[in-house]
Amino acid sequence: MTRVAALNASSWWSLRLRWRRRTGRPRLPVLSMALCILLIFAAVAGGAIAPFAPDEPDFTAILAPPFWMEGGSTMHLLGTDQLGRDMLSRLIGGARVSLLTAGAAVLVAGTIGVALGLIAGYLGGLVEAAIMRVVDAFLALPFILMALAFVSALGTGIGNIILVMILTNWARYARLVRSEVVSIKKRDFVLLARVAGVRPMAIALRHVLPNAMTSILVLAVLDIGRAIILESSLSFLGLGIQPPDVSWGLALAEGRTYMSVAWWLTVWPGVAIVLGVMSFNLVGDWLRASFDPRGVL
Amino acid sequence: MHRETSPPILTVKDLTVAFGPMERPARAVAGLNLTLQPGEILGIAGESGSGKSTLCNAIIRTLPRSARVGGEVRYDGRQLLALSEREMRGLRGSEISMVLQNPMTSLDPLFTIGNQVDEVLRERRRQGQSNDQVTAIGLLRRVHLTAPELRLRQYPHQLSGGMRQRVLTAMATAATPRLLIADEPTTALDASIQDEILLLFREIRDRAGTAIIIVTHDLSAIRRLSDRIIVMYAGRLVEEGPTATVFSAPRHPYTRALLDSLPQVEGDTVTLKAIPGQVPNLAELPHGCAFADRCPVAIARCRTEDPTEMQLGLRHRAFCWLADTAS
Repeated sequence: MTRVAALNASSWWSLRLRWRRRTGRPRLPVLSMALCILLIFAAVAGGAIAPFAPDEPDFTAILAPPFWMEGGSTMHLLGTDQLGRDMLSRLIGGARVSLLTAGAAVLVAGTIGVALGLIAGYLGGLVEAAIMRVVDAFLALPFILMALAFVSALGTGIGNIILVMILTNWARYARLVRSEVVSIKKRDFVLLARVAGVRPMAIALRHVLPNAMTSILVLAVLDIGRAIILESSLSFLGLGIQPPDVSWGLALAEGRTYMSVAWWLTVWPGVAIVLGVMSFNLVGDWLRASFDPRGVL
Repeated sequence: MHRETSPPILTVKDLTVAFGPMERPARAVAGLNLTLQPGEILGIAGESGSGKSTLCNAIIRTLPRSARVGGEVRYDGRQLLALSEREMRGLRGSEISMVLQNPMTSLDPLFTIGNQVDEVLRERRRQGQSNDQVTAIGLLRRVHLTAPELRLRQYPHQLSGGMRQRVLTAMATAATPRLLIADEPTTALDASIQDEILLLFREIRDRAGTAIIIVTHDLSAIRRLSDRIIVMYAGRLVEEGPTATVFSAPRHPYTRALLDSLPQVEGDTVTLKAIPGQVPNLAELPHGCAFADRCPVAIARCRTEDPTEMQLGLRHRAFCWLADTAS
């Protein structure tokens, strides 16, 4: 691939360049970007575009197959479940739950982690040591175990799921931001701001943080994929979203019993999880490659 | 000039900056004394590692926390080393300013030139050091930057090194500081640009009476710009005097070696004389004169006793046992 010799300075510019170069012939990043946008759209528009409410039973069409199979109808494009609920509507409802929890968790965890990482990296010394040891402790625990422990302690429900995801994710931001800050604060423009008499707080927010922003953005996008998996896993295990609410992981778990007679109950949520996670990961990787000055894509 | 009568703007007394372990410290600056009059341009020369930059950073207090600083730095009567970080911040930029060595990396790549000049102006206004009449564009005009309206909208990577150094100089002088420290301001620039930047410094001095410390290993730059010159070696001052005197009659063998190492052009032949050896390890300085090992005229005494100050004439002094004999 072409090597774009981009200075850190022009990474936004080179991103635009790459984008333009690619739009002519669709490739993975463009596809996954489209998929991400589709998911976000489904999550936001939700009820407006879904043919049914996700928990609305249709007793005339119990376990109806997808429309192209015998017994299927175009009324339920992707089929129905054991209570006659429309699978497409449930997937859209699931997208809403997944993206809402993932988005909220990433936003809050990111804010907390970035703030603590910035403080640790910029102040250094004892403050840094204290914050980073807590970060190490959180990173040392396997996140699914930690999540299970928290959920059993706090109880299920969407609010708690988000809380758990914040608790398991903030440390990654703190670690990333701290290391970025430590290297950025040694750069000349920070020294320049210091000899110009700019206050430390202003330097940290105006010069150090913006220069760390590209890395934070990449991590946040990759983290959305991670958060979708975490929410699905917890819901699958019965510790996350509870019926009658919908979630991809929950739908997957509920469909298992009917796997031999109605594959669509498990396949659709599974496909949704895989595509959702994969597209956010691909977009994240693509962003990282585009921002990386050595960027060989 | 009234330089003799006015009190000095800066007095450095017995300044020592040490790094590393207590029991075997590396003294990047060792017992240095100097004074600077308002409106004076002082050149500091020396090889890499002679402590020039450390001296600058000690004055404006931007040394790393691990540095141990002793002695006195008096600016306008105030002991800078005793000020709190907050008090020091009040002086930085407004009273004491600095132009950094590398214009290529000293501007934040994410913001436009206008953004960054404005930031400095805002700080100056906050301190009551500037008024609304001073605009970013006016500052850029003052440093003779071409097409200043355009530059304000551009990003640092769109400017050449010389342009960026002008921008940095504009930022450093936004509030008419009384002391400007320029740490190798021309080292990273093309030779053709260096002169223009040096002229700019002289202009700032002439316009605002700013005292300037200019650090460089480029002796020809100092020669044309500075009123007085200090030569440093291994963290010590080895010779000090009016520029013309030091250049025409250097008394310390190190100064002579530095001057000799300038390219000599005679007809078609260019000769370069390097100084043999290297700057010694600051943590393991030998007894006596630090330059003795590389000195062509060293005598036995040089290796046993630290040379003392030798007054050689009006404001001309050197630290060498042979300063009054050698020529």
